[in-house]
Amino acid sequence: MNSTLKTLPDENGFFVPAVPGGHPSGRRCRDVKNFSRKFFGGSPGDGHGTQLNQGYGGRYVAETLMPLIGEIEAAYDAARVDPAFQERLNELRRDYVGRATPLYFAERLTEHFGGAQIYLKREDLNHTGAHKINNALGQALLAQRMGRQRLIAETGAGMHGVAVATVAARLGLGCVVYMGATDIERQQPNVQRMRLLGAEIVPVHSGTATLKDAMNEALRDWVTNVDDTFYIIGTVAGPAPYPRMVRDFQAVIGIETRAQLLTARGRLPDTLIACVGGGSNAMGLFHAFLDDAVVMVGVEAAGEGLESGRHAASLNGGSPGILHGNRTYLLQDDDGQIRDAHSISAGLDYPGIGPEHAHLHDSGRASYVAVTDDEALEAVGLCCRLEGILPALESSHALHHAGRLAARQEADQTIVVCLSGRGDKDMDTITRHLMPEEVES
Amino acid sequence: MNALSSKTETLKTETQNHVSPNTDSRLARRFAALRVEDRAALVTYVMAGDPDPATSRDLLARLPAAGADVIELGMPFSDPMADGVAIQRAGQRALAKGQTLARTLEMVRDFRRRDDDTPVVLMGYLNPLQRCGEDRFLQAAAEAGVDGLILVDLPPEHGAALTAKARDLGLARIPLVAPTTPPGRLPALLAQGDGFVYRIAFNGVTGSRRSDIAASLGESLIELKRQSPLPVAVGFGVRDGDTAATVARIADAVVVGSALVERLAETGVEGALTLTRKLAESIQGARRG
Repeated sequence: MNSTLKTLPDENGFFVPAVPGGHPSGRRCRDVKNFSRKFFGGSPGDGHGTQLNQGYGGRYVAETLMPLIGEIEAAYDAARVDPAFQERLNELRRDYVGRATPLYFAERLTEHFGGAQIYLKREDLNHTGAHKINNALGQALLAQRMGRQRLIAETGAGMHGVAVATVAARLGLGCVVYMGATDIERQQPNVQRMRLLGAEIVPVHSGTATLKDAMNEALRDWVTNVDDTFYIIGTVAGPAPYPRMVRDFQAVIGIETRAQLLTARGRLPDTLIACVGGGSNAMGLFHAFLDDAVVMVGVEAAGEGLESGRHAASLNGGSPGILHGNRTYLLQDDDGQIRDAHSISAGLDYPGIGPEHAHLHDSGRASYVAVTDDEALEAVGLCCRLEGILPALESSHALHHAGRLAARQEADQTIVVCLSGRGDKDMDTITRHLMPEEVES
Repeated sequence: MNALSSKTETLKTETQNHVSPNTDSRLARRFAALRVEDRAALVTYVMAGDPDPATSRDLLARLPAAGADVIELGMPFSDPMADGVAIQRAGQRALAKGQTLARTLEMVRDFRRRDDDTPVVLMGYLNPLQRCGEDRFLQAAAEAGVDGLILVDLPPEHGAALTAKARDLGLARIPLVAPTTPPGRLPALLAQGDGFVYRIAFNGVTGSRRSDIAASLGESLIELKRQSPLPVAVGFGVRDGDTAATVARIADAVVVGSALVERLAETGVEGALTLTRKLAESIQGARRG
């Protein structure tokens, strides 16, 4: 568990782990056979990026960007099968990011709920404190390979922005981060971190001044500076090939998890749980298990409750539409205007979701539940007191659902939760809600 | 895999939908008349419902008399990713006053009762159309007297079905051509295009403040003309009479949007009409002397 797993693309260009112990027989489920191949088509490099898959995805962007995005797709498909690119990526993952991250048995949380065994995939232990750097590193290396000198990014909670600012510093590239003015206020420590790392932060005041508006603004920058700029989208959404590319760079989460649990327990997990805003940590965890008989649950932010209308649950409370270059589930009104998302966690505060999640939802391969602000806060407290781990508010949505599921299951069941990030950035919000007396004084 | 292939759209199949452009349309008639006059068209963009329904209706009705040859009417969207600040704000003002797709079409219907000659083209983003239902929207737009559609986030790769339906109803699909568009991509864009071609002058959002507009176009207009019989309009960054005149010498139409929308916000309908008259005069004089 202490070495980076060997991840070379298979004949289809998919990253496949060298699994210690091999695949346990009899755990493959006929219903889900080859599921992983279905969403983005079979083989790389065939220009499939603009196709809709099961009605989702696509490349709905302004003409100015169309040729450029085609170039990115071609460059990515060349890079993903280039051993030199993979070697560089793996080396930086190991020595700079600190991968592989541990798969940690949460003994006291398991005891507390008295049912299924709970494991935490510790993405919070990555350099910069979240899973976001897996993708930022991959895309920045691709940008460098394409000769782009300037990186731009949108950020909500600031974790993706910090990750991009970090790799930009490491690779010597320029960096501009777009962030909603509302988010800048509630994520001050990350704003300062990004500035310290040399990034320029551009506050976005348009619309609702949150993540979706930051993404609009980043797209406007990109359309203006097409020639020298690479847009690092932080989640598995946006115009093709971004959903596929981000998923592939995040797939290391599930690839490691699979191998680690096989080593530790000689079996695959029964259930995977991850929080879903755009859905990159969830897609990263799920991808390596799509063809296995493993239950997958994405946890959306129910905000103040689904019935309140103030939530960020695109699948549980939205409908299909087109935003930010892809067709997927969105929060929208009857006139097709995008509705505001609401969540205590800035990272889940997005009115859309990655197109592959839309497909996994429709097909029933994964299920999607929702957890409220209050429930997520409760999980923060519990995880701190029982495990000595301060989870991000985003990840705490997944933790809460893991608790309620574990309590209903037997001890022979295994649940893996993606602990996608650490909660230091959320201390202001957490203190205000869990320890109001501290704020008063 | 069958499910996958049945739902795929490819550029290849879509370019086969090319039919000859509608020659007996308001757009065709207007451009034909202007060719006789040897004058470029002034295309004015205003946002439907900005700053409120009554003012917007008033402005729309008076634009032709002030010199607008073609009207682009913006359909407000909450997330206009290709628009600059002026048009973003216009859309927000309109939405705040309750503008909807249905009301935008109602505006056109109202306009048509008094003006059956000036072409009206709707410009906007795909999601509100999809929410309404493409068929239902196209039908309603045609009935209201809309002449064409400019859909910012609908590239030809995804546009075949909509284009075919629009053509059946006599609605032109006006293609956007960007400075980044390689010549090899033009056939696909033009195959789904009619009415006119909208050439974006600069890489950027609407309302860019740039002055080197003629230089930015270079040889590309000649290439466009070589590949297509359609009139070519140039927009993004035309802010004043001088720039309008420069463009009017080399293109078939000049699009003015953000400058007009800003003027409306600052000085109301009269101010916007004054700017329209000035632009029309500049364009009128452009090819003389």
